[in-house]
Amino acid sequence: MNLYQQFIRGSQFWAFVKKEFRHIMRDNRTVLILLGMPIVEIILFGFAITTEVNNSKLAILDPSNDKATLHIVREMEASKYFNVVKIIHSTSEIATVFNRGEVDMVIIFGNDFNEKLNHTGGAQIQLVADATNPNVAVTLNNYASSIILQYQMELMMQQKVPYQIKPEIKLLYNPSMKSSFNFVPGVMGMILMLICAMMTSISIVREKETGTMEVLLVSPMKPLNIIIAKAVPYLVLSFVNLVTILLLSVFVLHVPVAGSIFSLTLVSIIFILVSLCLGLLISTISDTQVAAMLISGMALMMPVMLLSGMMFPVENMPKPLQVISHLIPAKWYIMAVKKIMIEGLPLKYALKEIGVLCLMAVVLIGISLKKFKIRLE
Amino acid sequence: MKIVIQTDGLTKQFGNFTAVDNISFKVQKGEIFGFLGANGAGKTTAMRMLCGLSLPTSGKGMVAGYDIEQEPEKVKRSIGYMSQKFSLYEDLKVWENIRLFAGIYGMKSKDIALKTDALLKQLGFESERDSYVKSLPLGWKQKLAFSVAIFHEPKIVFLDEPTGGVDPATRRQFWELIYEAADRGITVFVTTHYMDEAEYCDRVSIMVDGRIDALDTPKSLKNQFNANNMDEVFHQLARKAQRSDN
Amino acid sequence: MLKFLLEKEFKQILRDSFLPRMIFVFPVVMMLLLPNAANMEVKDINVCIVDNDHSPSSERLIQKIGASPYFHITSTAPSYRQGMENIENETADVIVEIPVFFDKSLEKESAAKVFIASNAVNGTKGGLGSSYLSAVVADFSSEIRAERIQVVDHHSSPAITTATTYAFNQSLNFKRFMVPAIMVQLLTILCGFLPALNIVSEKEKGTIEQLNVTPIKKSTFILAKLIPFWTIGFIVLSICFLLGRYIYGIYPEGSLLTLYFFAGIFLLAISGMGLLISNSSSTLQQAMFVMFFFLVILILMSGLFTPVSSMPQWAQYITIFNPLKYFIEVMRMVYLKGSTIKDLTTQLYALLSFMIVLNGWAVMSYRKNS
Repeated sequence: MNLYQQFIRGSQFWAFVKKEFRHIMRDNRTVLILLGMPIVEIILFGFAITTEVNNSKLAILDPSNDKATLHIVREMEASKYFNVVKIIHSTSEIATVFNRGEVDMVIIFGNDFNEKLNHTGGAQIQLVADATNPNVAVTLNNYASSIILQYQMELMMQQKVPYQIKPEIKLLYNPSMKSSFNFVPGVMGMILMLICAMMTSISIVREKETGTMEVLLVSPMKPLNIIIAKAVPYLVLSFVNLVTILLLSVFVLHVPVAGSIFSLTLVSIIFILVSLCLGLLISTISDTQVAAMLISGMALMMPVMLLSGMMFPVENMPKPLQVISHLIPAKWYIMAVKKIMIEGLPLKYALKEIGVLCLMAVVLIGISLKKFKIRLE
Repeated sequence: MKIVIQTDGLTKQFGNFTAVDNISFKVQKGEIFGFLGANGAGKTTAMRMLCGLSLPTSGKGMVAGYDIEQEPEKVKRSIGYMSQKFSLYEDLKVWENIRLFAGIYGMKSKDIALKTDALLKQLGFESERDSYVKSLPLGWKQKLAFSVAIFHEPKIVFLDEPTGGVDPATRRQFWELIYEAADRGITVFVTTHYMDEAEYCDRVSIMVDGRIDALDTPKSLKNQFNANNMDEVFHQLARKAQRSDN
Repeated sequence: MLKFLLEKEFKQILRDSFLPRMIFVFPVVMMLLLPNAANMEVKDINVCIVDNDHSPSSERLIQKIGASPYFHITSTAPSYRQGMENIENETADVIVEIPVFFDKSLEKESAAKVFIASNAVNGTKGGLGSSYLSAVVADFSSEIRAERIQVVDHHSSPAITTATTYAFNQSLNFKRFMVPAIMVQLLTILCGFLPALNIVSEKEKGTIEQLNVTPIKKSTFILAKLIPFWTIGFIVLSICFLLGRYIYGIYPEGSLLTLYFFAGIFLLAISGMGLLISNSSSTLQQAMFVMFFFLVILILMSGLFTPVSSMPQWAQYITIFNPLKYFIEVMRMVYLKGSTIKDLTTQLYALLSFMIVLNGWAVMSYRKNS
């Protein structure tokens, strides 16, 4: 091939990329969603979606109503975990407030609480938690118990009780326990997967559906170049999204990039490559836009949300699901991002994840190129 | 004679583009009215306004005694329509398509069944009763679409390029169906760009650049333009056109 | 007129090569997968022990930690710094460091310290892990106290006995909480997406023209589109009820009738939203993306995975406009608490309003002319 030919091929290629870009940009609504999706998701995950348990609704049943019970109630109210919303006067009311969903927990003090606490012994508190959500119930129980324990410790300190062990707790990487530290890498994985895999597959299938793919394939451009040219705009879009997510998480969510930007970019590029290949693969097996959409939705988005460890810890899942989760590229990406971005570890700690992603990229490129060629012949 | 379609300065603009430019004409009951023009002349847009699918930017139109802007739903009760793009349901069977549209116009199930049998017999379609529409050849699809459009005995039927893409023999058969409908008193409003078909019409109008440049019987038009056939008439007029799709 | 349109819609759905299979396969796969994956229980926390004391007391504490159902002692390290490496390569979630002279200071000064460092990238896990550990340590210290102070004297130590009852879900089974809500998610995805793609695909095929030129009423048209998805929703819901019963042994405390009643309203609301989006989109791709965008927000903000009450106030105001939130509440309350319609009036009025507004809007947004 001489230089001139190469030049022609090159300019053809870029003309095609431009055409793809124009095509995407023409549909305002889709562009708005593509660019707005990461922003909305970061804001939701950063502020709205939280696994922290705050402002739980508390009801108090306090027949003693003395110095000690009032102190404990005041402490509860003062913590960010509880809001006392109701005072009830008999145990028969408990069922009603729970059935209506008015409160999350009821605290029932025993009789003559202060008297028993300081003199006769046997001061009792009963905590009744609405355990429809077991996690919340357990967490609330922990919070309430520790407030009660705290009060007890104070009394002990005043009375110099022996044999105390004081745990000193340090929360690493995320001292304020913000759930956004966990979600940001997840959102990155999800958005990049969405843009690259879903969009690429749908846009290639649309050309198949409308018949324009045939026209392109008889043109002098190499089929491989056509596919690459179709992928380039989405590659650019996903970079824009990546930058948006990082800026938002640093400046709005205050989730720091603790490690090196270079390593983070490197890992992201590998992941984007894997996603593009997945998109290409889906486009070769589906004939309609709806099918491509549903396949990428079911086979990619769902598993990313559920099995990548973004929301639910993988180690809790039954063995078969854990095995499946190893096959999900986003899981490895999210793990690598957590290490590099949140924990600030050097690249060598993420070598395993990077290795797996590279392997996936190679295998997927191989399969989709083969499939694509078969379709052509 | 009774007038069933009447327009007065009917205009449709899309932004700066005037698709239909101030057209006025009348169509009489029982007429076969040919609506001619090059691609992009504004035929389909004008027809869509008359059917109540598109609202006019200005001007007035009356169809079957109802104002197309004020009472489009009443207009729709009195008309049948066959669009340029074949638009029966391909995943429904022949009889199911007939039943659906007849039902929408308020016919009773029993009447539909009887009339369907008669229609299929008349068309020689009995064997295709249970075929999916997508499996029919184009010519048959078009005959079916026309029959569906007049199944509920509308006062007027609008046909948008009904014979596009089929062979002359099938077109001849299609026009026989049109004549039968006209004989039953149904007014036929038909767009076409086949000039031989224009000769079959009682009167034709020729649209150029959104305006009606000529309107008369084929015979008087040929005299007026000193032409041997409608094709020549059309070319003399179309030469002036500023815009065109092709 | 409606009868004929319904005949058409049902036949089209049944003849589709993809949809009928999807209606059965999708709920089955999701009901098998989701409840197993969606598990936020914190257990199996990996602990790395750094014991600088090597005394009988420190060993007893370590044993006690190992005996707790929440913790696995997976490694020991000679120093805190080396313990950190275990955190970095993810073999440990928490480090427990017992300082030198732990035993002695406990004996002599009656006070000792234990250092706990937990990986809080996942805030819930880090927080719960360390608070479980504190509880174990507190337990340990009262054990020691009981042993070493021979005479138990109430006056010397003020004690509060705290008993906890977990109402509605004694066994703290997380699946009982998730399964009913996952059913809502399934219904939303199927009965939201399918209508969203429906009208716009008639637009792309051109068949909508032929309907627009008939005197068909807008409300009849929308109703004919709604009813099939409504029916599909009931079928899917029944499949879900059966799967919940026979796979997970989960059945409602309250009445199934209440659930079907609310589902009827919810399905109309969510399908109405789908039709609304379909009416206002010009291409399938656009309808898909708009629907996808809204569904992600609706699902995330419904309380399905994370509690609504933990959201900041502004986000809680937004959830007022989320029909999913109300129906998830209904499902969970009826399933776990046996609540009746009387307890669910807020949800009833909210869902009815969504149904009326969304469908009214869908009817208005269907334009028979342009």
